[in-house]
Amino acid sequence: MSEHSSSPLRTYIMIWLTLLAGTALTVYAATLDLRPFNAAIALVIASTKALLVALFFMHLRHASDKLLKLVVITTVFFLLILLALSMADYGTRLWS
Amino acid sequence: MPDSQTVDSQALAVPNEIHNPALLHHFATEQQQRDSASLGMWIFLSTEVMFFGGLFCAYLIYRLKYFAEFSAASKTLALSLGATNTAVLICSSLTVVLAVYASQHGKRSMLLINLVLTLILGLTFLGIKAVEYNEKFEKHHVPGPSFQFDHVQVAGHPGQYADPRHAQIFFALYFIMTGLHALHMIVGVGIFLWLLHAAWKGRFTPDYNTPVEIGGLYWHFVDIVWIYLFPLLYLIDRHPS
Amino acid sequence: MATENPQPERVNYLNKDYSLASWLLTTDHKRIALLYLLSITFFFFIGGFFALLIRLELLTPAGDLVQADTYNKLFTMHGQVMVFFFLIPSIPAVLGNFLVPLMVGAKDLAFPRINLLSWYLYIIGGAMMLHCILTGSVDTGWTFYTPFSTAFSNTKVIEAGLAIFVAGFSSILTGLNFIVTIHRMRAPGMTWSRLPLFIWAHYATSIIQILGTPVIAITLVLVVAERALHLGIFDPKLGGDPLLFQHLFWFYSHPAVYIMILPSMGVVTEIIACFSRKRIFGYHFVALSSIAIAVFGFLVWAHHMFVAGISVYAALVFSILSYAVAVPSAVKVFNWTATLYKGSIHYDAPMLYAFGFLGLFTMGGLTGLFLACLGVDVHVHDTYFVIAHFHYIMVGGAVMGYLGGMHFWWPKISGKLYPEGWARLAALIVFIGFNLTFFPQFILGYLGMPRRYYQYPPEFQVLNVLSTAGATILGVGYLLPLIYFLWSMRYGKPASGNPWNAAGLEWKTASPPPTFNFDEEPVVTWEAYNFDELDAPHKQEVPVAG
Repeated sequence: MSEHSSSPLRTYIMIWLTLLAGTALTVYAATLDLRPFNAAIALVIASTKALLVALFFMHLRHASDKLLKLVVITTVFFLLILLALSMADYGTRLWS
Repeated sequence: MPDSQTVDSQALAVPNEIHNPALLHHFATEQQQRDSASLGMWIFLSTEVMFFGGLFCAYLIYRLKYFAEFSAASKTLALSLGATNTAVLICSSLTVVLAVYASQHGKRSMLLINLVLTLILGLTFLGIKAVEYNEKFEKHHVPGPSFQFDHVQVAGHPGQYADPRHAQIFFALYFIMTGLHALHMIVGVGIFLWLLHAAWKGRFTPDYNTPVEIGGLYWHFVDIVWIYLFPLLYLIDRHPS
Repeated sequence: MATENPQPERVNYLNKDYSLASWLLTTDHKRIALLYLLSITFFFFIGGFFALLIRLELLTPAGDLVQADTYNKLFTMHGQVMVFFFLIPSIPAVLGNFLVPLMVGAKDLAFPRINLLSWYLYIIGGAMMLHCILTGSVDTGWTFYTPFSTAFSNTKVIEAGLAIFVAGFSSILTGLNFIVTIHRMRAPGMTWSRLPLFIWAHYATSIIQILGTPVIAITLVLVVAERALHLGIFDPKLGGDPLLFQHLFWFYSHPAVYIMILPSMGVVTEIIACFSRKRIFGYHFVALSSIAIAVFGFLVWAHHMFVAGISVYAALVFSILSYAVAVPSAVKVFNWTATLYKGSIHYDAPMLYAFGFLGLFTMGGLTGLFLACLGVDVHVHDTYFVIAHFHYIMVGGAVMGYLGGMHFWWPKISGKLYPEGWARLAALIVFIGFNLTFFPQFILGYLGMPRRYYQYPPEFQVLNVLSTAGATILGVGYLLPLIYFLWSMRYGKPASGNPWNAAGLEWKTASPPPTFNFDEEPVVTWEAYNFDELDAPHKQEVPVAG
């Protein structure tokens, strides 16, 4: 199994608290009227939380080789391709 | 187990090691087996990301197209229950990673306790989801012949009402996305019941705890999906009007 | 050129145990490959049967053999069966399953039990599809376009959708197994640059299977849900967009065509190298072009939707990207050609299929560029031009590669030699039959004959008759290998470990291999395609098992 930094339990608790704080933050941010930025902020917070879970709880940070990180990055990349190129159609339909 | 695994012992490539009974015959070393299991689970999670990804694509397109209805429909979801469920899953991710830690360090009671806590939290999540679904059913927000979404004001446009057909699309996506997620939770609960049983039997040692690790990876993934579902479904527009 | 080698029968993966249970519960990748071989051959003939009925109807301009609704079911089931139950599994599930562990020097795939599960999922999906066919079929076209499939069709859309959903997981698990095996289970000394290009091709294919198949899986879930619950996600009357279905569908189904062709390219690479007695020209270019095809393949899907109603700006983007995706395929064609140049060419049956592939895949690929051009596509979309284009690639390309591979590795799989004379004849018949079937369709499409129509104007009849005649010849060409492969299992001459004197770890073990593949774990100290060493007069003998 991959090596851990000293006191992994402390790390886990810190991440856990950060995730809970992030949840509270995202709920609070949703009550503010930031119009177009509401969605962006919500996604940034969600992505940060997801990244913390992946890096620390799923031990991606300490993965022995780069392969697992490559798997994650590749997957996210192609998901974004699906979303972005679909939007290339939907976003430009009203242009002509 | 079929016969093909038991003969040809001279074909095994590790002459000097005493075999851990958990080492499968087609692997040369335990490290190879562990690394394979880990890579296999991550690739499986990759397929799950793309599986949910199609739904996120549909969601993105319709949210942009029918923002008003998505807004209005999202407001009918119980924010407190959704937020509680988010917290429940985050706590369960903690108990999972503590269980993995326990299995790596041979701490049997810590392992068992955290597996049980994970199960309790997972079932709590499902219970709260059931309450929410029931409420939606009672309010006629379940898509289909009995769907109703009449006379719901659109925020910021007094006198304008949400088109029920477009709101139905929100709820269709809501039920499919959270329903698929709940299905994955149920599978996760099943996996952790099996892990609990195996842990009780003493099957996991610091030398062999792969099932706990990869079961944990699955659980964390299900948590990550919810981390996105919560803001996208529940927090579209929570401005006090 | 193949050498025979009579020897007493040693224990191998085939004769170890003849019981049914030992086959149905096997975790041996070689046996699973044969289970797949039986199943996909079965579905190939089912799909071929539908093709026969289509071509019979199209012998005459009038719709006189079947009714229009029935004809809709014929082309739908032909497409669905051929794509999902033959082409997608074919090479990976048969040749890939058999050869990937052997070629990397492993005892089995990384997850043998998941491999067996993959076959059972295929069988369950296949049984569901068979039941669907026998109880009414589907008439939506293999593409299931909405809202017809979700709101208007009166056929068994849900059952077919679920059948493909199940079969899709079979594909995903195969891809998963291959990627983990190739990363984690290579023998000592088997570096990435020493891997056969067949492995690179299957690695790229597996990437597509992993990333693409789940999207069609969820799309089918949405179609089933919409049809069952009248949801409106794809229904314009309820505010839905039918094009969303098409985006999600083609996000998988375009890369799916690369799932169908990449393994075949891998096979052709192995055959051309072996029968030119030369290392493949530009090994790294060929390897990386496989990965490039997998990546670029995900960027072009909306070229199936140019006339469907997408924005013209999106169409422009996808058109440019579709031109780009042809480049790595062209790189391969150049490299194969350069390999042949000044090679010592042997015209055994596998090589005949490889030659056929070269020409027909090139034609199919080039006509793809015609279709990538927006102006041309407006004219030929939904005509027989498109049908000819994809059959040139999928039949002229993928199926020829599959047959070439089956011939090349048959001695390894069965321990017997197939009859070379009959095999060359069959290859020739297939080539002639194929061209007669599908070349007229390019002309028909350009002249304007639409696809999926059961009747057509009389001026198209001559070309249609030629096409049907060709299809009959093609059918004979396909039946011949079925017959002589079966014949060879009993009456064929026994094969040695390396009857072709080919390069690759699979040829360093007996034919058929023992259950655990190698008597000793191989240690690789040579480069791939080391034909100069193999053909040298005093070759250093690596112990050949048997």
